[in-house]
Amino acid sequence: MKDIKSILKERILVLDGAMGTMIQRYTLEEEDFRKGWFENHNKSLKGNNDLLSLTRPEIIKEIHAAYFESGADIAETNTFSGTTIAQADYGLESAVYDINFQSAKIAREVADEFTAREPNKPRFVAGSIGPTNRTASISPDVNDPGFRGITFNELVVAYSQQANALMDGGVDLLLVETVFDTLNAKAALYAIDEVFEQRGEKLPIMVSGTITDQSGRTLTGQTTDAFLISISHMDLLSVGLNCALGASMMRPYLQILDKQCSFAVSAHPNAGLPNEFGEYDETAELMGDQIKAFLEEGLVNIIGGCCGTTPEHIKAIADLAKNYSPRKITSNVTE
Amino acid sequence: MSQSNATLKLSGLEPLIVTPESNFVNVGERTNVTGSRMFLRLIKEEKFDEALSVAREQVEGGAQIIDVNMDEGMIDGKAAMVKFLNLIAAEPDIARVPVMIDSSKWEIIEAGLQCVQGKGVVNSISLKEGQDVFREQARKVKRYGAAVIVMAFDEQGQADTFERRIEICERSYRILVDEVKFPPNDIIFDPNIFPVATGMSEHNNNAVDFFRATKWIRENLPGAHVSGGVSNVSFSFRGNNIVRESMNAAFLYHAIQHGMDMGIVNPSMLEVYDDIDKILLEHIEDVLLNRREDATERLLEYAETVSGEGKKRVVDLSWREKSVQERLTYSLVKGIADYAEIDVEECRHLFERPIQVIEGPLMDGMNVVGDLFGSGKMFLPQVVKSARVMKKAVAYLLPFIEAEKDGKSSSAGKVLMATVKGDVHDIGKNIVGVVLGCNNYEVIDLGVMVPCERIIEEAIKQNVDVIGLSGLITPSLDEMVTVAKEMQRANLNIPLIIGGATTSRVHTAVKIEEHFQLNQTVHVLDASRSVTVVERLLGQRRDEFVADIKSEYERIREHHAKHRAEKEVLPLEKARENKFKIDWDTVEIAQPEQLGIKHIEVKASELFPYIDWTPFFRTWELHGKYPAILTDEVVGEVATKLFEDAQAMLHKIDNESWLTHKGVVGIFPAAAEGDDIEVYADESRTTVKYIQRTLRQQTKKASGVPNIALADFIAPKETQLKDYIGGFVVTSGLGIDERVAAFERDHDDYNSILLKALADRLAEAFAEFLHEKVRKEIWGYDTSESLTNDELIKEKYVGIRPAPGYPACPDHTEKTGLFELLNATEITGVSLTDSLAMLPAASVSGWYFASPHAKYFGVGKIGLDQVRSIADRKNMAPDKMERWLSSIIH
Repeated sequence: MKDIKSILKERILVLDGAMGTMIQRYTLEEEDFRKGWFENHNKSLKGNNDLLSLTRPEIIKEIHAAYFESGADIAETNTFSGTTIAQADYGLESAVYDINFQSAKIAREVADEFTAREPNKPRFVAGSIGPTNRTASISPDVNDPGFRGITFNELVVAYSQQANALMDGGVDLLLVETVFDTLNAKAALYAIDEVFEQRGEKLPIMVSGTITDQSGRTLTGQTTDAFLISISHMDLLSVGLNCALGASMMRPYLQILDKQCSFAVSAHPNAGLPNEFGEYDETAELMGDQIKAFLEEGLVNIIGGCCGTTPEHIKAIADLAKNYSPRKITSNVTE
Repeated sequence: MSQSNATLKLSGLEPLIVTPESNFVNVGERTNVTGSRMFLRLIKEEKFDEALSVAREQVEGGAQIIDVNMDEGMIDGKAAMVKFLNLIAAEPDIARVPVMIDSSKWEIIEAGLQCVQGKGVVNSISLKEGQDVFREQARKVKRYGAAVIVMAFDEQGQADTFERRIEICERSYRILVDEVKFPPNDIIFDPNIFPVATGMSEHNNNAVDFFRATKWIRENLPGAHVSGGVSNVSFSFRGNNIVRESMNAAFLYHAIQHGMDMGIVNPSMLEVYDDIDKILLEHIEDVLLNRREDATERLLEYAETVSGEGKKRVVDLSWREKSVQERLTYSLVKGIADYAEIDVEECRHLFERPIQVIEGPLMDGMNVVGDLFGSGKMFLPQVVKSARVMKKAVAYLLPFIEAEKDGKSSSAGKVLMATVKGDVHDIGKNIVGVVLGCNNYEVIDLGVMVPCERIIEEAIKQNVDVIGLSGLITPSLDEMVTVAKEMQRANLNIPLIIGGATTSRVHTAVKIEEHFQLNQTVHVLDASRSVTVVERLLGQRRDEFVADIKSEYERIREHHAKHRAEKEVLPLEKARENKFKIDWDTVEIAQPEQLGIKHIEVKASELFPYIDWTPFFRTWELHGKYPAILTDEVVGEVATKLFEDAQAMLHKIDNESWLTHKGVVGIFPAAAEGDDIEVYADESRTTVKYIQRTLRQQTKKASGVPNIALADFIAPKETQLKDYIGGFVVTSGLGIDERVAAFERDHDDYNSILLKALADRLAEAFAEFLHEKVRKEIWGYDTSESLTNDELIKEKYVGIRPAPGYPACPDHTEKTGLFELLNATEITGVSLTDSLAMLPAASVSGWYFASPHAKYFGVGKIGLDQVRSIADRKNMAPDKMERWLSSIIH
């Protein structure tokens, strides 16, 4: 099987779409989140989607399959909140290894099935590493701006556990995503670097930041180019943007990455902006039209969807991406 | 290796990119306890606010990186480093530049690295403790993602000759690049700047060796950069600032020529190279370049003749020389509170009345902040700081404003205000009235439900300067259009101001402005903007303002037209096919405990636990969630005071029975028939008592997302299932008029508005209370429910209670049927106006849906086909129906 770096030189790879949006369609109840694993847990678990990899694995597999079916090359594991920090709200710190290991394992199984069926289009599994629900650069207390709710070291410990379990479960890549605080991402990268060293094994790493609004900055105030500089000390597969913005609003910031990034560039925008009821209602056609603009400009190497996107969106994107050549990756980094 | 590979990229909130073409990078050095006694004192005394000002001054003064050093025996260096870097992170105007983490202790450096999200610089590591430690530290620095300064220092000591310098630098470089794989561009050498003219001949070549080593590094160690602490060179001339400043400048000039591209330089200790006295320069360069045996003696002799004060420390205070308005705006935009009081005091003397300082310079400054924020040029932490400055300025003015409250002066203009016909909501309008009143406008308030004719008549009779219209419910939008048309017909050439919850810039631009050509129509977002708008409309720069508004509205219209074309509306049939599907075979429908109508009357105190306070604060333009808002940095104090007043009044409302709280609730058998819901008189389901016509979402949805109508939540007739619907009307406004009138007689706007706002909250709480009762007892489908108030507010219960006129059923005309069904006017005393607003205003009505699948949604835009269908089903003239639904027609 060809490795992902050489495939990236030939064509645009397609990342899958939203997991949460798809899970919503199943209208699951509390018992679905407990089945066989957490029957007697003392807190409500509904909404803790990562648990479904354990309790309802067939649903998660079905979603991965639906995305591969619609043309995705890379599936993200169902582990966005798979750290002890994010799981603390549910009192499920102890489930973190299982969440990551099993999520990786089921995504691996589905990916392998598809690869066997279509050997010329190998499918990859990216271990999704979310931002956690704490920020290392912002105080949660407005009256005490010097205070921090989480330390770098605590983040490193949590991210190391997640990365190890994902690798045990057989992921091909690691995806540090929805970075709204670059310091959290730096802690994740620090942890991953240590884990690689301990295991004597490296995987390609994707990093994807989140520009929160038209100020063009991350939640913690960094511009796109400052964000890129802050994480470029690692040998990354790609740097990109996801979430918060729809495709058209993301474009100016992708142009910055295109110009300045010596790694591949990825984008997985939302299906537009949420409407007044918090729903994403941009259709696949509409999103496809906007993404076409990226492709025509040659801005990206990896493209997919975030909140509100569905297999339909991914199919529209994959059908388009086929017709365009990928962005040229011009490394100006000395080896 | 090409030139571009020598690029050093650093970042704070913004990038700093150092290329071979860049100018020398100036590192700020005053946030260093070893170099600044003042900074040391501030840190020791934990005056971190002032310490931050030192950092800010540095950045404003042009430092592109700030060096932070906390190495002092008397302080906990690690804790101070962490605290200071965390505080900097909350100051965007400082955090925009990269940080240089400066310490001789690795432990402090590592703690610092864990605090910065950007790519900073470590200052420094070296071979001093051997290559194992060096390698380990370099690996860590790389893993943390920082650049590094490497001192020319090894196991033998500090390099003091050219040979030793290049030997250590080369050895360090090879370990870093070959073994650690450290990016060469991220390596910065500090080849040691030592004093010259010390009187010891072995120091004579110190500067020359530095220059040569610098040149060698730049030529032989690809990618690497060179930095150093410049003022060290002139150490021998302590006390003679003229010589020191000149020597620093001359040294820097030559060092840069040799390739030094970064350095720690105190700009206040630096003369401009070209301005150095020519003879002095020659003597200095003789020393630096070691050109003569007697260079040192000659310079020392000459130095005697040129001693003096030297240059004063320069903080960029040039903005302090600008006009007071510009200074205030600067302070607000930059969030600098230090000068707010001085400037406000100065302003106070420029204006006739202290309030004018708020409306004028301060408001103008805040508008700049608002505009910068709106256009993405400022972001949240900065705006919070601006508000702090504003608060400080206003707090200073308040005693003066209080003192002159009875002072007489002529009115700035006459403003006629009215809540339009059919609408009874006036809290927002009253707040605007108070604000305008405070600003010396004469306000003629015609009250609520004011017919168009009366507005026109009074405007002419009283010869007013502006008309302000307010409304909360959607039909009021149309009524405002009517007023605009009538003003045009009556030839009333005065500005028209539009405000209220459902109004918008878009509606004003698209629907109202065109009907009134004689003068300008302006939408005002909130009370704080109203003063500025009125002032501009009546002021000298009116034309400019009007031209701006006109072009802005033109843009909005274009955008609206474009946007409208983008949103696709499905044919009604298609939308119906995509209805919200419930599997009726498996659904269990709860049988109500009690059918029919029930009256209900409660005491105010029963409702208190159900009050949602957050919207109460919003009414007062205090934004934030309760209870956090009470401790909010900016509005906390105001919010707490307001909350105390509210509690006191609630107490009176309850004890003295100011208000009567009456309601009616009814549960009826029902079945869905297409988009309609048939409501039956009794369980025989033979007599149709009412047919509710629900509106269906019609915009095109993403696949899998349905087009919902309320009827989808009720079992269709053909299933023959026994389903039910409920309805309710509650009010907390009975008796309010007398109280309000009493307050108004006392000119007590504050309490009048407070009471109205509380009555609104109580009515909402009543609806919440009653809904719970319905779930637990009357319908009884969720007897086990136990939710906290917070969970109630977040609507965590089963079932919904959509209100006619709100997103799920935007058709106000449904209210008539609901009221008849419940006999609501007779039972509760709530009546409906022409525009179908409820009177008293503090009333809530709605439908109950008990299905666990029922959820809130917005109908959104609908097509004309649905309007015709609904008109047809309701037996109403299509154009009349169109008027009622105009705000949601695509």
